[in-house]
Amino acid sequence: MALKIVKGSIDRMFDKNLQDLVRGIRNHKEDEAKYISTCIDEIKQELKQDNIAVKANAVCKLTYLQMLGYDVSWAAFNIVEVMSSSKFTYKRIGYLAASQCFHESTDVIMLTTNQIRKDLSSPNQYDTGVALTGLSCFVTPDLARDLANDIMTLVSHGDCVKRKRCSVLIMYKVFLKYPESLRPAFPRLKEKLEDPDPGVQSAAVNVICELARRNPKNYLSLAPLFFKLMTSSTNNWVLIKIIKLFGALTPLEPRLGKKLIEPLTNLIHSTSAMSLLYECVNTVIAGQYCSSVGSVVLCVQKLRILIEDSDQNLKYLGLLAMSKILKTHPKSVQSHKDLILQCLDDKDESIRLRALDLLYGMVSKKNLMEIVKKLMLHVDKAEGTTYRDELLTKIIDICSQSNYQYITNFEWSVSQPVTPHPPGISVSWWTIRVFAVAQMATLLDNAHLLTGSMQRNGICEVLYAAAWICGEFSEHLENPLQTLEAMLRPKVATLPGHIQAVYVQNAAKLFATVLKSQEGNTDSTTAQETSQLMIDRLPLFVQSANLEVQERASCILQLVKYIQKLQQKDVEVAEEVIALFAGELNPVAPKAQKKVPVPEGLDLDAWINEPPSESESEDEQPKAIFAKEEPKHSRPRHTEVDEKELARRREARKQEQANNPFYIKASPSSQKVYQDAPGVEHIPVVQIDLSVPLKVPGLPMSDQYVKLEEERRQKERAEKKKKEKKKRKEKRSGRGKKHDSGPESEEDITPAHMVDIVTEEMPEVRCVSLQIQFSTSRIFNELSPSSFWVFNEKKSSKHKKKKQKKEKEEKEKKKKKKKHHHHHHHSDGGGEESVQNGTVEEEEPLPVSVYDIQGNLQDGSQVVVSVIFENKCDSFLKSMEFNVLDSLNSKLQRPEGSGPHDGLTVPFQLPPGVSNEARFVFTVQSIVMPQKLKGTLTFIVKDSSTHEKLDFKLHFTCTSYLITTPCYSDAFAKLLESGDLKGSSVRLEGVNMPFHHLLARICFHHHFSVVERIDSCASMYSRSIQGHHVCLLVKTSGQTVSIDAKCDEPTLLGNVLDEIKQTFSQC
Amino acid sequence: MSLTTHFPLCFLFSLFQMQFMLLFSRQGKLRLQKWYVPLSDKEKKKITRELVQTVLARKPKMCSFLEWRDLKIVYKRYASLYFCCAIEDQDNELITLEIIHRYVELLDKYFGSVCELDIIFNFEKAYFILDEFLLGGEAQETSKKNVLKAIEQADLLQEVRHRMKSK
Repeated sequence: MALKIVKGSIDRMFDKNLQDLVRGIRNHKEDEAKYISTCIDEIKQELKQDNIAVKANAVCKLTYLQMLGYDVSWAAFNIVEVMSSSKFTYKRIGYLAASQCFHESTDVIMLTTNQIRKDLSSPNQYDTGVALTGLSCFVTPDLARDLANDIMTLVSHGDCVKRKRCSVLIMYKVFLKYPESLRPAFPRLKEKLEDPDPGVQSAAVNVICELARRNPKNYLSLAPLFFKLMTSSTNNWVLIKIIKLFGALTPLEPRLGKKLIEPLTNLIHSTSAMSLLYECVNTVIAGQYCSSVGSVVLCVQKLRILIEDSDQNLKYLGLLAMSKILKTHPKSVQSHKDLILQCLDDKDESIRLRALDLLYGMVSKKNLMEIVKKLMLHVDKAEGTTYRDELLTKIIDICSQSNYQYITNFEWSVSQPVTPHPPGISVSWWTIRVFAVAQMATLLDNAHLLTGSMQRNGICEVLYAAAWICGEFSEHLENPLQTLEAMLRPKVATLPGHIQAVYVQNAAKLFATVLKSQEGNTDSTTAQETSQLMIDRLPLFVQSANLEVQERASCILQLVKYIQKLQQKDVEVAEEVIALFAGELNPVAPKAQKKVPVPEGLDLDAWINEPPSESESEDEQPKAIFAKEEPKHSRPRHTEVDEKELARRREARKQEQANNPFYIKASPSSQKVYQDAPGVEHIPVVQIDLSVPLKVPGLPMSDQYVKLEEERRQKERAEKKKKEKKKRKEKRSGRGKKHDSGPESEEDITPAHMVDIVTEEMPEVRCVSLQIQFSTSRIFNELSPSSFWVFNEKKSSKHKKKKQKKEKEEKEKKKKKKKHHHHHHHSDGGGEESVQNGTVEEEEPLPVSVYDIQGNLQDGSQVVVSVIFENKCDSFLKSMEFNVLDSLNSKLQRPEGSGPHDGLTVPFQLPPGVSNEARFVFTVQSIVMPQKLKGTLTFIVKDSSTHEKLDFKLHFTCTSYLITTPCYSDAFAKLLESGDLKGSSVRLEGVNMPFHHLLARICFHHHFSVVERIDSCASMYSRSIQGHHVCLLVKTSGQTVSIDAKCDEPTLLGNVLDEIKQTFSQC
Repeated sequence: MSLTTHFPLCFLFSLFQMQFMLLFSRQGKLRLQKWYVPLSDKEKKKITRELVQTVLARKPKMCSFLEWRDLKIVYKRYASLYFCCAIEDQDNELITLEIIHRYVELLDKYFGSVCELDIIFNFEKAYFILDEFLLGGEAQETSKKNVLKAIEQADLLQEVRHRMKSK
């Protein structure tokens, strides 16, 4: 026996230890693999020995090799052997090897259960320590189940603080693997929150925080305990965890937010630890603290300090957090635009990219030009292709955001060489065509600048658009002959094929125009010269390798030759040539084709020629987008066509529309929650070669536009002021549209050319204007308006007309209180019911209010009510207090410390004729039933210093909890198939309106979106703020409309259907 | 209740705050790896390769954070070694940076102005320190003194046994 030991240790002396191995590997750089394979052979020999020291040494080396990427799974059993050594030295190595090499599928793990149990209960705390560490790495569901009890014993009876701490932490892993253990263990875990040892306490906080992040609901009851910890603890690690936990809890219990805001702001003010500050700021941003604008401002201030810091890390995080604030409080971020723009100069690319992201969200009508101008400067400077590409993409995104919603001056946008879709713009908005043509002609003339150093396909794509615009709208060209000449330069042949094709085609169009102008002259030689020019230049294109160019060029060449012959005989041909390209292009609505009736006896589905094969028929698709308008293939109405085919066609059509400039895309104003990724890849401009100067002589520079635009705005502002005075008078007479001239300064900027973004289905102009307004406000506020109503104080809508007539007289009387009912909808009920209240103060001057209830997307239990107060009398109103009698279900959120019956002070006073908006947050528990809240507004009239009171009712319909959410038909089908939804249906009789009006009405009044429409049947979708899905199937036949509806909440569905019914019963 | 409530859960289903920690040299050689999420060797290798490339490609003046897949990567370079941690989306980058710094300080104290070679030749010691400091990706002991004390005691235990054995 003794001899064996001696022999073992002698063996050991000759063995390589870890150090030798490392050294060896470093010395065999060239043949590392070979060296290691011999080492592994040695290790295998060592593992066969009985000596545990040799084995441990071998396992240690294996651990190192495992890190280098070698497979050591074959030694798993040997690792277990070393783990079970009684000596700490070897045990430690064994556990280390196990924690590095074992994973859930390692089968020998099940052999370790007893060993681990023994080590956990070992009197030696170090044995326990390594066992816990190892377990944390390779715990499997089986191990968790078998060892849960042992760990629990350690937690509650462990005498050693350190062991207790570890075992608390390990519990989390056990819970994850074996969730059944959570319930019995939880009370003990909770006890540990108040453990005298701060380490154990913080471990317990850690575990509960992580658990709560996964399922916050169950941990709400611990909130008071954590609140106490938060206000008493000074350990930043613990504080960060607690704050994170509260971040997860607040969405469930909004009152918590109110309570937290104070300690959080205190921490933000006082802490010197950046990590804690950052955590607080993040929680405030993410939490539902919409009522306290002050805290957001504080956050933005602190973030500004972070961004201004010289530390790149803080700068980056500051920008990151800013972008989160931007989503909820864009205004407060926008004021720091200067700072963000500065960050574009930072040497760190990731910071620049963050800043770019922020800028994208900050763009408004006012600052678009300025921002794009700055960005263009950066494009010139930018090094590195990825960043430059990103810059360009962002500029394009910024410009095209929401269908060019922010572009007030299209002239400016066309003059930007990278602006996307110039054809799209110029077709859609004919007002600027003349201008665009002039711009593009200059561009073509200077094409050599762009093409000069263009090995890659630089910005020549813009030429494609330019050529087409010049050809199509050639009548606006100042000097068509010059442009024609420019288009036929030999240099053009170096452009990519598809651009050449457009050049050739449009040269022909231009040729027609030129002929027309020249034939008017008596001298026929000029016309012949022009033909000669064509004949001279075209053969170059006839030889083109590109088939399309070749074909077009040869066709046109033949045509021109023929024309020349006629010209020589003095025949006037211009009219006929022009006729080839006649017809003005006008914007076409996406669904216009549907309205064209299919002529009798025409079967659109019948093949004209049987297609040889599927693939070839694809190729027959007309490639030339810019050829004359050809009859578009109407969508087949065959019902037999299977779903897949339909979906495929739909997709193809969408794609086509997206690429086709003739279509105005559907307006984004229909409250899309997210936008489809803009088809960046379809935007013609992909890259700009840096050596190409982006300034093309003759093009007005963008700064000129900025100046022009500013002047224009100033003028407008001056005019507006004049108008406003008038308006104010008008307004006093109570005529509608208060919301249009609200405090929203964004609305004050009128576009250079009025461009209405109109969806085809909108039945009434009035609705359209409202829609646009919604979409603007969306950008600033993630909250989705779910209802827009008018606050009817006293007189029902029946009196509306009469009252309007009376208005003038009443104004003169002035003493009489006027209440005005805006009736934007004919529906939404509730109006009649409100009649009975407020009869007391007939003779008092009163503010008129308009209100708007918005569901809060981020919080299923919050509703924001925006009330516009307008003072319609001629005395000054002050000390307004808004109060609502809370119901069990809905409560007005009041500041901390105020009683449940206290009113909220309206934070402004109202001079005569002025209106202002205040927001009130309500918490709503259940949204399945509509309800009305009674309230009063008290105020003091300054002249008479009398206290006045006005009663009102707030009507929360179920509709107002719905949020328009787009839904794709496949997701919709899945939803219906899931079987979780309960059905209900309703029939409407005597509805006398076109089907699309009907749909539009449901969409508009009840916040649905159309998923799919086939003939007289449509599916619609909406979602409530608490995530209920509401699906409708609307069918019409004659005057009867049947609506089959499904929803996961039957009561809600019933009420929504009732409301829909009411909408239609009133029209 | 509704379909949507199930959905975010799968996002939340991940483990403790730190997913893994990697130490690698400027040449891209891995010096230490600690995984707090169960992954197969193949995945680990793939992630390591990708991350090492990404981090080494960054310029020295760039900030310490980057977004990678759905994780946030926090890294810092000390002399020739990169310390690199992966955390989840909601986690605090700055505290992770602090953890890295703590660990470096611990190594420094233990080895006495640590260098890359110390970690190469005593890689198991570096692991022991890390395990003493972090458990399952969570800081278990925030006091440097206590961590070092625990390591020293364990080492002592090891040596006592060694001596006893060699007698």
